[in-house]
Amino acid sequence: MELNASKRLDDTFLALADPTRRAILARLARGEASVRELAEPFAISQPAISKHLKILERAGLIRAGQDAQRRPRRLEGKPLAEAAAWLERYRATWEANFTRLEGVLEEIGRRPSKTKRARKRTRHRRHL
Amino acid sequence: MNTKEGGKGMQTTMEKAQVTLPSDREVQVRRSFKAPRALVYRAYTEPELLQRWLLGPPGWSMPVCEMDVRPGGQYQWRWKNDEEGSEFGFSGTFREVEPPSKLVHTEIYDPGTLGGYPGGEAIVTVTFTEQDGLTTVTTLIDYGSKQVRDGALATGMTDGMEQSYQNLDRVLKE
Repeated sequence: MELNASKRLDDTFLALADPTRRAILARLARGEASVRELAEPFAISQPAISKHLKILERAGLIRAGQDAQRRPRRLEGKPLAEAAAWLERYRATWEANFTRLEGVLEEIGRRPSKTKRARKRTRHRRHL
Repeated sequence: MNTKEGGKGMQTTMEKAQVTLPSDREVQVRRSFKAPRALVYRAYTEPELLQRWLLGPPGWSMPVCEMDVRPGGQYQWRWKNDEEGSEFGFSGTFREVEPPSKLVHTEIYDPGTLGGYPGGEAIVTVTFTEQDGLTTVTTLIDYGSKQVRDGALATGMTDGMEQSYQNLDRVLKE
């Protein structure tokens, strides 16, 4: 992975690691909102919300809108999509393993007698 | 397993692997299998079975798979890319062994010639639950820090192994 992409993912995952920030993103997924509107559902101060917004902005997950008074925040989809694609690659690696595991399970499941013998043998084995 | 349904062409499409990040230092992978959990547990604890499926994308083999599956017992896993020769490994100690429901082991990444973050000791908890003939395997990996977790996600089983992804379908069909 190139360094910039890696740094961007670091920022994305750091931003996503907090439940308040995830709730803010969920709210913005329904449409843009001002800082005050975003602070409303949470039992924390507006400055605290601003701090969360800063982290989200640095990760490029949100952007402040044009309206100078309200500065409504809106969602930026691209970094989230990149993070999702990255996790999908990790998932695909596991899925490749699990697909093979299914084959192994099907095979050993068809031979119950050998199953018992193998289990007994393994119990007494020392590999290291 | 119901052997009547074990034949080819009857395989049910399983729920695919789910990856979640439960905290900023953990990764959780969950997958269900249409098999009794005693069988699934075996496939996780018998080296000659594990060696056949824990391989990542095609092109990799697992020439070293040594496991002493008991509390305090050690294991060593090594993978090798059969085309370009790079290799890496995991090793660690089993902390909890409760057949057929739970395995806890430490995990130390050895970057070998593949590279990536060494990053200390992770704790891997694998639980096996069975319901209605379906066994769900949940693997929780606690890397101890966000930095190490993200490093692990970005390398090892992912980056170095993706070049031969286009062959995936072919190999899975073999």
